[in-house]
Amino acid sequence: MVEARNGRPLLLLLAVGGAILLVPVLNRLVPEGSPFHLEDRLVPRFGKYLAYAVLAVALDLVWGRAGILSLGHGAFFALGGYAMGMYLMRQIGPRGVYAHPVLPDFMVFLNWQELPWYWYGFDRFPFALLMVVLVPGTLAFLFGWLAFRSRVSGVYLSIITQALTFALMLAFFRNDMGFGGNNGLTDFKDILGFPITSPDTRLALYLATGVLLLVALAIAVHLRRSPLGRLLVAIRDGEARARFLGHDTLRAKLFVWTLSAVLAGLAGALYVPQVGIINPSEFSPAASIEIAIWVAVGGRDTILGPVLGAFLVNGLKTWLTGAAPELWLFVLGGLFVAVTLVLPNGIVGLAAALRGRPKRPAAAEPAVGGAEVARG
Amino acid sequence: MAEISRKLPGGRVLEPHILLYLDGVTVSFDGFKALDSLSLVLEEGELRTIIGPNGAGKTTMMDVITGKTRPDAGTVLFRGGIDLLALDETAIARLGIGRKFQKPTVFDRLTVEENLELATQGGWGLGRLLLGRLEGEGRERVERTLETVGLAELRGEEAGRLSHGQRQWLEIGMLLVQEPRLVLLDEPVAGMSDAETAKTAELIRSLEGRHTLVVVEHDMHFVRELGAKVTVLHEGRVLAEGPVEAVQADPAVVEVYLGRS
Ligand SMILES: Nc1ncnc2c1ncn2[C@@H]1O[C@H](COP(=O)(O)OP(=O)(O)OP(=O)(O)O)[C@@H](O)[C@H]1O
Ligand SMILES: [Mg+2]
Repeated sequence: MVEARNGRPLLLLLAVGGAILLVPVLNRLVPEGSPFHLEDRLVPRFGKYLAYAVLAVALDLVWGRAGILSLGHGAFFALGGYAMGMYLMRQIGPRGVYAHPVLPDFMVFLNWQELPWYWYGFDRFPFALLMVVLVPGTLAFLFGWLAFRSRVSGVYLSIITQALTFALMLAFFRNDMGFGGNNGLTDFKDILGFPITSPDTRLALYLATGVLLLVALAIAVHLRRSPLGRLLVAIRDGEARARFLGHDTLRAKLFVWTLSAVLAGLAGALYVPQVGIINPSEFSPAASIEIAIWVAVGGRDTILGPVLGAFLVNGLKTWLTGAAPELWLFVLGGLFVAVTLVLPNGIVGLAAALRGRPKRPAAAEPAVGGAEVARG
Repeated sequence: MAEISRKLPGGRVLEPHILLYLDGVTVSFDGFKALDSLSLVLEEGELRTIIGPNGAGKTTMMDVITGKTRPDAGTVLFRGGIDLLALDETAIARLGIGRKFQKPTVFDRLTVEENLELATQGGWGLGRLLLGRLEGEGRERVERTLETVGLAELRGEEAGRLSHGQRQWLEIGMLLVQEPRLVLLDEPVAGMSDAETAKTAELIRSLEGRHTLVVVEHDMHFVRELGAKVTVLHEGRVLAEGPVEAVQADPAVVEVYLGRS
C-alpha cells in the first residue's frame, strides 16, 4: 500500500529526470550532422527554462498549496541571482577592462576607491552560496513575519509583494547602491575556475539546474503528502478554522514562504551564469506577474503544472519575441485571461479532466487512509 | 477534581464541578449591546441548549468564550478559575474548548479522514508536521470518531462531496477527536432533513456525560428531542432558564421568541 502511495510521484520524478537528460543526450550523443542534434548555443536556453521551472515550482508551493499569491517572487529570484553575480564579478579579478585588481569595472568607472563592505567575502564560492540562500531567505522571513502576523492576506498581500519587488528594483537601479545600477552585473569570465561560456561548463550548469528542479519537485511531492501539506490546504481554504483546530498557521505559512523564497533564490543563482547577466529588470513587477502566469497556465497545486507552464510560456515567449515582439504582451495577457476563464486548473487540470479523473487526485485516494490504518 | 476553588468578584466561590462561568459579560458594537451583562454557569458533563431570536447574542456569546471577541466588561472563567479573557483563540482552543461554527467549515479539498487527522494534529510542531505521521493513540481517536459520527465508510471521500448532514457530522467529529472539555455547537441542524436532525440529536445525546456541550439551536423540535436544560437569550441577556417544558410555558419567552414562529 505504501508503495502504491508513493509510486506515482516517483514515476513522475523519474519522467522529469528523463526529460531533463534529453538535452545532454541530443547535444552530446547525437552527432552534429543529425537533424536531432541540439546545438551548444541552445543548452543555456534550456538551462534558463529549467531555472524558471524551479521558480514556478517555488511559487506554486505558496500559491497553489497555501493560497498565498506572491506577485514578488521575482525579487527572491533576483536576489539569489545578484549574490551569484557578485561572486562571478569578483572572479573576473584583474581581467576587467580597467584591469583593477579588486574593483569590478563599474566601480572603477564610478571612481570608487575601495570595495564596499557588503562585497567582502563574495570572492569565495561557499560564502556566495550561503548568501544565495540567506539573503532571499531572511528577507522573506522578515517580510512574511510582518505580513502574516498582521494577518495580511489575499489581494493585499499580493499588492505588497509587488511593492516589495518594485522598491528593490528602484534601489538596484541606483548607481550608488553598488550593484552596477542600470547595467547590472555582467561580462563574467569563469565560475569555480571553469570558463563560463565553454560548452562543458554550460552543460554542467544545465545539469545542476536539472538537479535543483528535481530537488524542488521532491520537496513539493513530500509536502503534499505530509501533514503540513494538508494543513497548508486547510489554511488556503479557511485559515481561521485551521487556527481554531489548534494549528499555528503563522508558523506554517512562514515556513513554506521562506522555503519557497530560498528555492527561488537558488533558481536565480543558477540562472545568472547561464544567461550571463543580472540587472534590475529582474525585479520589475511585471516579471513577477509572469511567474504567476506560468503557474496558472500549467495548473496550480499540481506537481507537474508549474514546470510545464514555465516551459510552454517561455518557449512561446522566446519564439514570439523573435517572430513578432510587439505581440508578446498581448499574447501573455490573453493567455492569462483565457486560462482564468476556461482552464482554472491549467493544462494539468485539463489533462486530468480529459482522462475523466478528479481534478485533485491526491484527495480522492482512499488508499491514503487505508495504508495508514493498516499500520496504525 | 483536584482543581482549586477560586474567589470570585462579589465574594462567591467557583466550585470544582463548574466548568464554565460567565458573569456580567457585555459586548458592544458601535454602542449597540450584543451582550448585555450576560451570566451563565455550566456544570461539568452538562448538556445545555441555548435558544433565542435572531440577533439575541448567541453567536456572540460563543465568540467571547472562544476568544474571538473581547467583551467590554465581565468575567469568563473556565475549569477552576482559568481566566479566558487573558488568553487568545489558540490558547483557548488548546485548553479544550472546541467550537462548531454556524456555517459548516470542513475543508472541502481534504478527505473525511484527512479532516479528522488535521483536527488531531493541532499543536504539532513544524518538524512533526513535516516528517511525522499520525499513529498510536491519535490514530485510534480518529478511528473511534469515524465510528461515533457514522462516517467510517466515507473516510476516503472528499469532504466537498458529502451531503449537508454528513458535513455537519464531520465537523462535529473534528471537535470530538480533540477530546475537548467543552463543545460549543452553533445551529448544528440548520438545513438538515428530519432524518438527519433525528440522527444528530441521537449523536449529541450519546455524547452527554463524556463532554460538556452547549448547543445553540432555533429548531424547537430538535430542542425538545435533546431534552436538556434550556437557556433563553434575548437582547444579550438571559430571559429564562430551565427544562424545555417550563421554558416553553414561560409567558415572557412566548412573547419574544416562540410567539413569533
Ligand atoms: N462583528 C460585529 N459587528 C457589529 N455587530 C455585530 C457583530 N457581530 C454581531 N453583531 C450584532 O450583534 C447582535 C447579536 O449577534 P449574534 O450573531 O450573536 O446573534 P445570534 O443570536 O447568533 O443570532 P442568529 O440566531 O441570527 O444566529 C446582532 O444584532 C448582530 O448584528
Ligand atoms: Mg448566530
